[in-house]
Amino acid sequence: MTVLSTEDTAAAGSDIVAAATSPSAAAKKGLTSPWASIAALVIAVLWTLPTFGLFLSSFRPERDVQRTGWWTFFTNPNITFDNYAEVLFGGNQPLIDFFANSILITIPAVAIPIILATMAAYGFAWTKFPMRDTLFVAIFALQIVPLQVALLPLLEIFVGTGLNGTFWTVWIAHSTFALPLAIFLLHNSMREIPAELVEAARVDGAGHVRIFTTIMVPLMKPAIAAFAVFQFLWVWNDLLVALVFAGGTLDVAPLTVRLANLAGERGSNWYLLAPGAFVAIVVPLVVFLALQRYFVRGLLAGSVKG
Amino acid sequence: MTLLDKLLQLLVAVAVFAAVMGVVLLVANRARGRRTDLVSGIAFTAPALLLLLIGLLYPATRTVVQSFLDARSAGFVGLDNYIRIFTQPDLVVVLRNTLLWVVITPILSTAIGLVYAVLVDRTRFEAFAKALIFLPMAISFVGAAIIWKFVYEYRPNQQNIQQIGLLNQFIVWLGFEPMNFILATPWNNLLLIVVMIWIQAGFAMTVLSAAIKAIPSDIIEAARLDGVGGLRLFFYITLPSIRPAVVVVVTAISIAVLKVFDIVRTMTGGQFGTSVVANEFYVQSFRLSDLGMGSALAMILFILVVPIVVYNVRQMRKVDA
Repeated sequence: MTVLSTEDTAAAGSDIVAAATSPSAAAKKGLTSPWASIAALVIAVLWTLPTFGLFLSSFRPERDVQRTGWWTFFTNPNITFDNYAEVLFGGNQPLIDFFANSILITIPAVAIPIILATMAAYGFAWTKFPMRDTLFVAIFALQIVPLQVALLPLLEIFVGTGLNGTFWTVWIAHSTFALPLAIFLLHNSMREIPAELVEAARVDGAGHVRIFTTIMVPLMKPAIAAFAVFQFLWVWNDLLVALVFAGGTLDVAPLTVRLANLAGERGSNWYLLAPGAFVAIVVPLVVFLALQRYFVRGLLAGSVKG
Repeated sequence: MTLLDKLLQLLVAVAVFAAVMGVVLLVANRARGRRTDLVSGIAFTAPALLLLLIGLLYPATRTVVQSFLDARSAGFVGLDNYIRIFTQPDLVVVLRNTLLWVVITPILSTAIGLVYAVLVDRTRFEAFAKALIFLPMAISFVGAAIIWKFVYEYRPNQQNIQQIGLLNQFIVWLGFEPMNFILATPWNNLLLIVVMIWIQAGFAMTVLSAAIKAIPSDIIEAARLDGVGGLRLFFYITLPSIRPAVVVVVTAISIAVLKVFDIVRTMTGGQFGTSVVANEFYVQSFRLSDLGMGSALAMILFILVVPIVVYNVRQMRKVDA
């Protein structure tokens, strides 16, 4: 059925000419349509089924989850919210606390680098000072430093200042690591703003701060949003930085740390792990679906870099 | 710490940051006359530059030095750490695994992403079909690892308790004995790699799909007039046209793969012969407290990234020229 429907649309659509001349439409014909549709379907199922299985399991009673596969749900449907209640609020390490930590980590770790990078991007794009181009190239080059290369000495610095084990370390680390890419991307889109606009503002007597706040920031909103989605997903999903700087404590550690520990414990408690994983997944998924177009735009801009 | 304490910390951080930024903007605003550009330029870039210097550049330099020092950063050991990485059997396995990851993941993710992008292009379900493949990108590596750990889950064949992992259930349905996949070295490495392919294919698909849609239609028409169609059109026109995008995708995935740590840590903790350089870095640095070895492994990561980036930049130059 899929075969027919996809072909029908391609042929009956208003853009017949475009479809016929589209390279992929042509290639699809070459791949003989039934097989092409089956291949697409197989990929789609493979990409969806694992998540669906875990999702279904998160609502099954403990006994069912531990003893039978999730596919038996369809012959023996039992639904409960006990798993979610237990993993979120039960025990001495309730997930709700880590959830709060994740939120508290993410807000500044997204806002700070964006503000710093927007300002720096403006400095590099629209002001002149000695060594400007050299510094910009240096920042561009810093993108290829894996953050593992900075972790150990940075930890020493944090221990030395007594900040270790607080939110400050995670905020500072995430902000720093985000800067090279953020400055690069925002600088690129800031350069595309017509110089006449800036000149006109200058003639009117506007200084750099005025130009930055009243012209640049409003015009940069889409680019900033694109990077914000990126940075949000990165920080929310991060494990390495959180493990190194926030440790495994209930005080600071985010969801990912707790989940990784839950997964590592002997005899995985799938009835807790499944709802736990979904609590962690749901926020980025909602953000992602809501701001998808910004994310894709950021992806397409970011993919051109090295 | 109560939630109130945490919120207080957040407020203090916001206040401190706002105050610093306020001062910076004030300084930038005060500049007048010939030095306006100089003062504002420095004010606008200084906070970011300062943070990069303290948080990235200085630590990175220090890591270079530490990689030539012993476990407690006390004595100079020359290239010893590096030599150990290439000679000690369990570390050689780590290198081999990393090589497996870097070769297999980018190729398969890109291939699957490309095929899927072509297959769903201009179909009725394009947006929905793309979203299905794209969604894993929003899921954390930890979340993805848990999802797949569940697929690979193994239960010994016994009464009352059946397989709960999908893959083993398939094997049982086919009439074979279930097996503990995670312990099956070296094949378990491939099972971990599958997770990364699952995540990255959506990225490949999105970028390549955009590249395909950007091919000028007159090129395609000209080819068609010459009688080129079907698979030949794909291999002679489509693929060469999107070559720069393919290079970018392969590069980006390769770099991401080198640094991946969460998947290995969550699924096996690096046991059963599945560790990779990024995971070994964590184990050596924080579990075994060998700072020298940890630093050397971090440097290996850096050294491996450089040629990939250089190749990418060269390709971009070629396209521009």
